[in-house]
Amino acid sequence: MQTDVTENNTVLTRKDFVSDQAVRWCPGCGDFMILANMQKAFANMNHKKEHFLSVSGIGCSSRITYYLDTYGIHSIHGRAIAVATGAKLANPELNVWVFTGDGDCMAIGGNHFIHACRRNADINIIIFNNKIYGMTKGQSSPTTPVGLKTKTAPEGSYEIPFNIGEVAIGAGATFFARVPDNDHALMEDVMMQAYHHKGTSVIEVLQNCVIFTDGIHDQITGRDTRSDNQLILEHGKPMVFGSENKMGLRVDGMRLLKHELENGTGQTLEHDAAETDSQMHLALAKMQLPEFPVAMGVIRKVEINTYSESVHQAIASAKKRTSFKSVKDLFLSGNTWEIE
Amino acid sequence: MSKSALSPEMRKAVVRFSGDSGDGMQLTGDMFSQASGQAGLDLTTTPDFPAEIRAPQGSVGGVSSFQIQIGGTEIYTPGDQVDVLVVMNPAALKANIHYLKAGGTIIADKDSFNPRNLKKADYDTNPLEDGSLEDYHIIRAPATSLTREALKDLGLENQAMARSKNMFALGVVSYIFSRPLANPKAFIQKKFASKPVLIDANIRALEAGFSFAESTELFGASIVIPPAKLPKGNYRNIDGNTAVAWGLLAAAENCGRKLSLCSYPITPATEILQELSARKDLGAIVFQAEDEIAAVCAAIGAAFCGNLSATTTSGPGASLKSEAMGLAIISEIPLVMVNVQRAGPSTGIPTKTEQSDLYQSLHGRHGEAPLVVLAASSPDDCFFYSYTAAKIAIEHSTPVIMLSDSYLASGTSPWRIPENGELPDIKIPRFRKPAEEWKPYMRDPEFLNRYWMSPGDKGFEHRIGGLEKKEITGNLTYEPLNHEKMTRIREEKIERIAKKLPKQKVIGAQSGKLIVLGWGSTHGAINMAVSELIEDGEDNVGFTHFNYIKPLPENTEEILSKFDRILVCELNNGQFVNYLRSKFPKFNYLQFNKIQGQPFFISEIKAEIINTLTQ
Ligand code: SF4
Repeated sequence: MQTDVTENNTVLTRKDFVSDQAVRWCPGCGDFMILANMQKAFANMNHKKEHFLSVSGIGCSSRITYYLDTYGIHSIHGRAIAVATGAKLANPELNVWVFTGDGDCMAIGGNHFIHACRRNADINIIIFNNKIYGMTKGQSSPTTPVGLKTKTAPEGSYEIPFNIGEVAIGAGATFFARVPDNDHALMEDVMMQAYHHKGTSVIEVLQNCVIFTDGIHDQITGRDTRSDNQLILEHGKPMVFGSENKMGLRVDGMRLLKHELENGTGQTLEHDAAETDSQMHLALAKMQLPEFPVAMGVIRKVEINTYSESVHQAIASAKKRTSFKSVKDLFLSGNTWEIE
Repeated sequence: MSKSALSPEMRKAVVRFSGDSGDGMQLTGDMFSQASGQAGLDLTTTPDFPAEIRAPQGSVGGVSSFQIQIGGTEIYTPGDQVDVLVVMNPAALKANIHYLKAGGTIIADKDSFNPRNLKKADYDTNPLEDGSLEDYHIIRAPATSLTREALKDLGLENQAMARSKNMFALGVVSYIFSRPLANPKAFIQKKFASKPVLIDANIRALEAGFSFAESTELFGASIVIPPAKLPKGNYRNIDGNTAVAWGLLAAAENCGRKLSLCSYPITPATEILQELSARKDLGAIVFQAEDEIAAVCAAIGAAFCGNLSATTTSGPGASLKSEAMGLAIISEIPLVMVNVQRAGPSTGIPTKTEQSDLYQSLHGRHGEAPLVVLAASSPDDCFFYSYTAAKIAIEHSTPVIMLSDSYLASGTSPWRIPENGELPDIKIPRFRKPAEEWKPYMRDPEFLNRYWMSPGDKGFEHRIGGLEKKEITGNLTYEPLNHEKMTRIREEKIERIAKKLPKQKVIGAQSGKLIVLGWGSTHGAINMAVSELIEDGEDNVGFTHFNYIKPLPENTEEILSKFDRILVCELNNGQFVNYLRSKFPKFNYLQFNKIQGQPFFISEIKAEIINTLTQ
């Protein structure tokens, strides 16, 4: 997204994005943290307030549009991305944010999701991944892990789940990032990077649902385990993790391997989020416990022409070429005749 | 030779060009339409394409036809029965002979009636020679060989020469109807500007056909149909789908908003998407979505952002969009959905016409979900009704469904290009006081529409969505009485639009025994049928035709009350008649329904009316 500096340099604060509606998530829900960080990030974007648009689908996550004091559309289940695409094309100046969940986005809205990744319209998608249907009270979602007992899989889920990053990058996303819901600094940073990214940005937030999947991300996000179990990626920096950054990654044949670093950083890979070839980004996005740490931060960030730019460039050049100044010129072009 | 049904005194005539898909019959028909329009005749055309994209050459399945009725009086249909049938091969004869009037004229390319082609069309003997066509006037034109002869020194391959024989046929028909060749020649010059040899080839073939007709004196005198009395102005031929696209463009320009068209390809609506994709030169923002649902949702996003937004589709696509239409209704945003109906249900007969999505348009959503429904009645008035759909959507903050159908989509009729300032203004409902005084669900006191404030309007940041809203403030609420009130407001808002609609008109008797009633694309056939009866002295029958379906014009009940019986003719199993029954139960309704994927014939409606009158 191109920066659209506020007129008269009106400085916006987090409060400017807090709506007057009471927030109704379960106390302790990870959604609160996403809301707070989003409001902070919005304030830092230096974008005219009237050009923010929040779009959501249906589910716990999607209530967020009512809590953000921006233009907003709380649409229908699975369709937020389609609504947002139409909006962005209609007015390319808008700073468009889609809020969706693992059910909303990866199940009923899956088609729109892959096409948004492919098209690269300049919209930002935040997926609240709690691996369950919260609002309908506990059914399996496309990211529910194998073995998890849910109301629709009482004997434990046996469906193979989606890895959101794999789907996104596989479908051509130019920006994919992952953050835990409890790392505020990283979340805000990733949101800002998504804002500055030209193209579809996908952010997966590992979000805790205190009611139905409480603690499902704990192994990754827990205070004691996170340094070993998260690899926080930074463009141009070596991939190190673990206490005192003792662990690194290397390539062995066709596979990634984690290994202990001997004295220093020399033997680990360096992160290149801007590499157009998506193979390494896919491999990073797919890393899972226990073999690997889970990759966090911006995994992929590649700039190409965006769909919204291409559409408007095509319109601009068609207008330049044509002799039509108005619809009347079109109507009178070709074979017409006059009756006196 | 049998007698010719053609006579120099004819005031209207029906011509059907038919041949193999590769014979260029659509182009030939188009060119004849142009020339006839130019000569001041009224006309209506309809194409008849093979269902398969590449049917075997020479087979009956691969026949492509184009029918046109021209006249010196108003012409509303392409005609029931054909006066002149052009057949470029035996398959075309087989596929079309049943359209020809008794005593009608067949112009056949006799060269193509060879054993191979006869066999492909399943003829044991040559119908041009075996006497089976003796009720007709047959012109056996050596089109292939004379075209070849005319083109022989141009150095073209045989196949390229054969491609020009459609111009030979056009030359023959041009002679019969006294059409000078200047118009088709100009057309050829433009079309083949980059290939001069093809200009030569086509013009020579055209002239060869004309001279053949002139010199063989097979036709007697050629026919001069005097021009129709059409309102003065600039005209062009237009098909329904192009007219829909252009109506949307005109509406966007007149209200000063950009047009966003978000659609998914579907027969028979795709040409609207294609035409607007080519209209980037006029600023159209076109989104070919990944599916029908994405299309309508993107249009909703664009509408919220202040663009004139439309999604175009056909029945199955309209079904997929129904949940999102509910969102547009509860969030009260302007949105146009065009449904180019086809025979259903499911895939049905995708290339054939039907008026069977009326129930779906009126009721095909969950919840109490009222919206506006309009229907166009001719290819050219698709322009006016798509324009009007946009106008109503914007002025009344509501989704509008505009119904066209397969018959209107690909048929053509002359369209008088509106003069500057002729189209009604579109007044955008904006809140003109400071933002602090505004609430998202405030309404215009007279028409109950919301105000259209969009991203970019400073200070008007607000949220819309599918959840029920508190009146005025737009806050979320599940309050029982509020829901009932909002439901009633949404319905009332639609009903109040009737105040702005033109009064419904009746042709013929203004009261009496029978009123014949139709809606949408059947206007031409019903109108002609009733007009012919009136001409024959029938003075007890009225005719009224609906373009505004929901809400109905304010005087609908009054009109119906003046007749003993109401005969509702429609191309479905009785959807409009049942709608009227539910609205005005006290009247005596009869229904005439045709569900064959085909438009009405004038003759069958006439027969039904006569039959009804004698009962
Ligand atoms: S159900 Fe789960 S996801 Fe939904 S609000 Fe409650 S804690 Fe959050």
